[in-house]
Amino acid sequence: MQDLGAVLQTALKLMLELDDSLLEIIFLSLRVSLTATLLAAMAGFLLGAVLAVWRFPGRGSFLVLLNALMGLPPVVVGLMVYLLLSRAGPLGDFGLLFTGTAMIIAQWLLVTPLIAALSQQIVADLMLEYREQLLSLGASRWTMLQTLLWEGRFSLLTVMLAGFGRAISEVGAVLIVGGNIMHHTRVMTTAIALETSKGNLTIALALGIVLIVLAFLVNAAVTFSKIYAKRLYG
Amino acid sequence: MAEAPDWRNEQACVPDGKPGIFPLRVTGVSFEVAGHYLLDDISFELGSGPLTVILGANGAGKSLLLKICHGLLSPTRGAVNWQSASKVRVRNSQAMVFQRPVLLRRSVAANIDYVLRLQGLAKPERLRRIDACLRMTGLSHLGRRGARVLSGGEQQKLALARAWAVRPEIVFLDEPTANIDPSATLFMENLIRQFSRAGTKVVLTTHDLAQAKRLADEVLFLHQGRLLEQAPAKQFFDGPENPLARAFLQGELPC
Amino acid sequence: MKVIRNILLCLVTVFIVLAGQVQAGEDFITLASTTSTQASGFFDYYLPLFQRRTGIEVRVVAVGTGQALKIGENGDADVLLVHDKIGELKFIRQGYGVDRREVMYNDFVVVGPKKDPARIDKMKNAVAALQKIAGSGATFISRGDDSGTNRLELRLWKVAGIDPGADRETWYKEAGAGMGAVLNMTAASGNAYTISDRATWLAFQNKGDLDLLVQGDPRLFNQYSLMLVNPEKHPHVKKRLALLFMDWMTSAEGQRAIAAFQMAGQTLFYPNAQKRTQQQ
Repeated sequence: MQDLGAVLQTALKLMLELDDSLLEIIFLSLRVSLTATLLAAMAGFLLGAVLAVWRFPGRGSFLVLLNALMGLPPVVVGLMVYLLLSRAGPLGDFGLLFTGTAMIIAQWLLVTPLIAALSQQIVADLMLEYREQLLSLGASRWTMLQTLLWEGRFSLLTVMLAGFGRAISEVGAVLIVGGNIMHHTRVMTTAIALETSKGNLTIALALGIVLIVLAFLVNAAVTFSKIYAKRLYG
Repeated sequence: MAEAPDWRNEQACVPDGKPGIFPLRVTGVSFEVAGHYLLDDISFELGSGPLTVILGANGAGKSLLLKICHGLLSPTRGAVNWQSASKVRVRNSQAMVFQRPVLLRRSVAANIDYVLRLQGLAKPERLRRIDACLRMTGLSHLGRRGARVLSGGEQQKLALARAWAVRPEIVFLDEPTANIDPSATLFMENLIRQFSRAGTKVVLTTHDLAQAKRLADEVLFLHQGRLLEQAPAKQFFDGPENPLARAFLQGELPC
Repeated sequence: MKVIRNILLCLVTVFIVLAGQVQAGEDFITLASTTSTQASGFFDYYLPLFQRRTGIEVRVVAVGTGQALKIGENGDADVLLVHDKIGELKFIRQGYGVDRREVMYNDFVVVGPKKDPARIDKMKNAVAALQKIAGSGATFISRGDDSGTNRLELRLWKVAGIDPGADRETWYKEAGAGMGAVLNMTAASGNAYTISDRATWLAFQNKGDLDLLVQGDPRLFNQYSLMLVNPEKHPHVKKRLALLFMDWMTSAEGQRAIAAFQMAGQTLFYPNAQKRTQQQ
């Protein structure tokens, strides 16, 4: 086992010095995962809310499928996106392989089902509570959807955090579609993989700690604003 | 306790020459769940004037009947017919207050604003009505507060204010004071009476005999899903025809 | 509430804009290469030299040789730098690549635990060493990933007359991973051998209990070559920029720079580009 003291020391040194290459990797990780999560939230909230508010034939099967997609293995998604974006593939002409955009696409595919399935549950529970009252007030289904999404905003924020967690921590998909190219597609997780393969386990662990601190900071920021807002609105 | 403001100036349902939604005709309404008849062949007619109280013990089917009249549920058999042919008019001229208030996670004022927006009112009118409704219910000082952090009584007043804000032709109230304290109850009853005098048809359910006596112009007595008697209030409370109703008034009716 | 909504919208817009930022106006080529050149730190040293010289950025995707060839076949890279001659010649024959140029070489080494249960230390015959490992009861960890290293290892087993994957032998473990990961596994095992390229081995920071045991067999020769992805098959290939890189790497200056890459006083790659003649 690596010398824990050395690891912590290295981690602290990394965080205090924040040299350019580390900053670049951190910034790219945040850019990719935050963008993917925000876009996934837009798609996922809508999809989840539609499934909760409308009834249609086949809805049950669709829900089962959605829940199953939550468990999509990242490396499989990475492979599928690679095949799509490769020059030999259908979307090759866009030249998106080995770019940050490809990584965002792959993470979007991973996070959207998660957000959709969880927000479906949240909105469905809200429907039980609010449906009669909203009907009475004269709201259309579409209005109900918007109203309930806003009503559930605190829980939905937590769902977004869960999605972000999945995005920032995965390495399989971004490695395949990004290529771990320095300055362009190297993120925290792929950098850790690279350092491990070089045998630099101390640095790899230290980077891991930095990643955990990063994720923690994002979560803390969101959670505290949520608590504050909740105190205002109940 | 604050005095309820004079609402004679605030007209409800400004007459516009179009045929009104009244009378409401309920014919042969039954509601069945798994072989069990929660409502059994109920028929009655409601005019726009009297404050109607639907009276009955717990489990009599009062809430169910109210929801069916309001259009939240469909009866298994029978029909609910309004006078007006316009479905839009019928939908927009009703309001309902539930036993437990369902408020949105936003400010008190925003909750009222929400329903006014649904009606498509412009901002100046919305602000005017919000202000009026808050003053009416004594909630003006709480306008910015989150609706959910209010006490039970205040929340129910807000629900009432919200119902009033759209100037409905008919308001359904499902045991509105069941969960609030006596002084708030009297305040609410005062408001309800004012609504009725201002021209809004009030249909209220309760199992509280005293409340029914205070408010009713007309009584519908429900028991185990059946409508046993419909009569003007004085006549009903002085001496109902139906023996079960009599037993209820004496507090001897088994639930 | 409106304020929060607006802030969110702004954030979303900002991120979408940032994410979609294409580095316009910057010349770059994509090089598909192997993990050995990446993990040894060679590219970190070498490519900036080229960029300083020409302003062209070389973006490296470091994967196993098999995957690198596939990337070239699909046209997802402009140039390949791999180390499997047989695979490369097949690549050219199939028309996926052109202009193969040998650029540098080093060798493979057999590494294992210092206590050396198979007694192969200082042997000069790699095939014989492998035979001893097979009979010793110690573990052998293979790349198992169709990389150049893997392909060489399998060729040695064949010469040795041993089929290591047969009968589900428990001493032979196919990792399916890069050189670094395999070295980690070998070091952690305490009783395992593996074949590594010298460059990755020298640069590896987690040697632990491992030592270099066998070297010098001519069959351990490891040639690296460049290939241009065939522009006729893939018209989008940046032929001009890619050729500039290939020319530079085979030029006197580029070759000198290869030799100058040292670790702990040792040269990791030996330049051996030949004068430009029609090579196949």
